[in-house]
Amino acid sequence: MDYEFHWNIVFQNMPELLNGAFVTLHVSVLAMFLGVVIAILLAIAKMNNSKPFCYVATVWVEVARNTPALFQIYMAYFGLGAFGIHLSPYVAVLSALVFINAGYLTETFRGGFQSIPATQYSASKSLGMTSIQAYRYIILPQMLRRIYHPMTNQFVWSILMSSLGILVGMSELSGTTQRLQSLSFRTLEFFIVAAVMYFVITKLVLFTSSLLARRLFKGEI
Amino acid sequence: MISVQNVHKSFGDLEVLKGVSLDVEKGEVVSVIGGSGSGKSTLLYCINAIETINSGKILVDGVDVHAKETNKDKLRQKLGMVFQQWNSFPHMTVLENAALAPRIVKKMSRDEAMEIAKKELEHVGLGDKLDVYPTKMSGGQQQRLAIARALAMKPDYMLLDEVTSALDPELVGEVLDTLRLLAEEGMTMICVTHEMGFARDVSDRVAYFHQGVIAEIGEARQVITDPQNPLTQKFLSKVR
Ligand SMILES: Nc1ncnc2c1ncn2[C@@H]1O[C@H](COP(=O)(O)OP(=O)(O)OP(=O)(O)O)[C@@H](O)[C@H]1O
Ligand SMILES: [Mg+2]
Repeated sequence: MDYEFHWNIVFQNMPELLNGAFVTLHVSVLAMFLGVVIAILLAIAKMNNSKPFCYVATVWVEVARNTPALFQIYMAYFGLGAFGIHLSPYVAVLSALVFINAGYLTETFRGGFQSIPATQYSASKSLGMTSIQAYRYIILPQMLRRIYHPMTNQFVWSILMSSLGILVGMSELSGTTQRLQSLSFRTLEFFIVAAVMYFVITKLVLFTSSLLARRLFKGEI
Repeated sequence: MISVQNVHKSFGDLEVLKGVSLDVEKGEVVSVIGGSGSGKSTLLYCINAIETINSGKILVDGVDVHAKETNKDKLRQKLGMVFQQWNSFPHMTVLENAALAPRIVKKMSRDEAMEIAKKELEHVGLGDKLDVYPTKMSGGQQQRLAIARALAMKPDYMLLDEVTSALDPELVGEVLDTLRLLAEEGMTMICVTHEMGFARDVSDRVAYFHQGVIAEIGEARQVITDPQNPLTQKFLSKVR
C-alpha cells in the first residue's frame, strides 16, 4: 500500500470533530423527541378513524416511509427555499428527520397498541379500575415494552441519517469532517475517525438503552 | 343479591338475550349451561356492566347496574370476574398481579395490599409462585391467579365464564377444585360452565340457556340428571 497515514492533523482538529459529533447527537435527540410526540398524535388520529386527521396521518406515514431521506432533506432545504422559506441547514435536516421519525414511529406505536389484547382492558375494568388506571398500569406499560427496541433502532437510524447534513452544508459530524478533509487533503484519516465516532456514539446509545430497559422492564418483555 | 329482570340485549340486528330473568341469592352457586352462542357470556358481561343492555333491569344489592348515575367502576369492585381466556398481566409478578387492584382501586397501602394478595394466592395454591412472572406458569396456574386476583378485591359475588374450557384437560381439575373450595366457603357465584359434573355437584341451581332465554332452571342435580325440558334433554345427551 502506498498511502501514508498522517494522523496528527486529525488530532489537532479533534475539538472541531467533537463539536460536530455533539451537533449530530443534538439534532438526533431533538428529532427523536419531536418525532415521538408527533407520532403519538398521528397514531391516535389513525386509530380513531376521524376522517380529516386520519387522512393527513396516512399521507404523512406513506410519504415518510416510501421516499428517500435524501429527497426529504433536499425538499426541506432547497424545495422550501424556492417558495421563499429559507431554513438553516440545521433546521432543514431536523425537519426532515422529524418527518421521517414521526412516519415510522406512527406505525410502530399503532402496531404496539394493537398488539395488546382487548381482554387486558376488560380484565382491568372488571377489577374496578377506571379507564385511566387501565391505561396507566396495564396497557401503556406493556405497549412501552413492545415499542422500546423499535424506538431505539429508530434513534440509531436518525443518528446515522443525520450524516446527510453534509449535502446542505450542515456542520454536524459528517459536514465538519468533509470541510476539514478538504482543507488538509487527509481524506481517509478524517473519514476513518468520523466513522469510529459514529460507531462509538451508536454503540453508546444501544448500551444505555439496554441498561435502561433492564431497569424499566424487570419482567417478561 | 343479583337480580336479572327481563333483560334484552342485541348486537346490531342479532338479539342475544331475549328476556332473561334470574335471581341469585347471597351464598348461592348457580351454574349456567348451554350451547355455543346462546348468550351465556353476554349475560355475565351485562351483569358486570362491561356490556350495556337494551331493556330490562339488573340489580346488584338493589343498585341498578345500568342506570346512568351508577358508578360502574365502584360497582365492579363487588363483582369479581374471571374470563375464559386467562388474562394475567404479563408485565407483573404473580404477587403484583393480585396486589395491584387493592392498591390502586381500593387505595390500600402497599403492605396491606401485598398482605391480602399473598393470602388469596395461598388460598388458590399459588403461595410458592409469588415472584414468578405469569407467562412462566401453566394455563391452570394462570387461571387460579385470575381467581386470586379477583378475590383480592374481596368481592361479594364471583362471575366465572368457562374458566376451564381453554385449559388442557389435565389442568381442569386443579381449577375446579379451587372453585369447589370457594363454594364451600359460601362465595356467591354464577359459573358459566361446560363441566356437567361440576355443575351437578357444586352448584345449588343450574340454568340451561337456549338461544337467548333460560329454557330450564332448577335444583342442580335434578336439571342435570333428570331434565324436564326436551331441549335440555337433547343438549345434555349431546355433551355427555
Ligand atoms: N361484541 C359482540 N358483537 C357482536 N356480536 C357479539 C358480541 N359478543 C357476542 N356476540 C354474539 O352474541 C352471541 C352470543 O354470544 P355469547 O358469547 O354470549 O355466547 P356464549 O353462550 O357465551 O357462547 P360460548 O359457549 O361459545 O362462549 C353470539 O352469536 C356471538 O357471536
Ligand atoms: Mg361464552
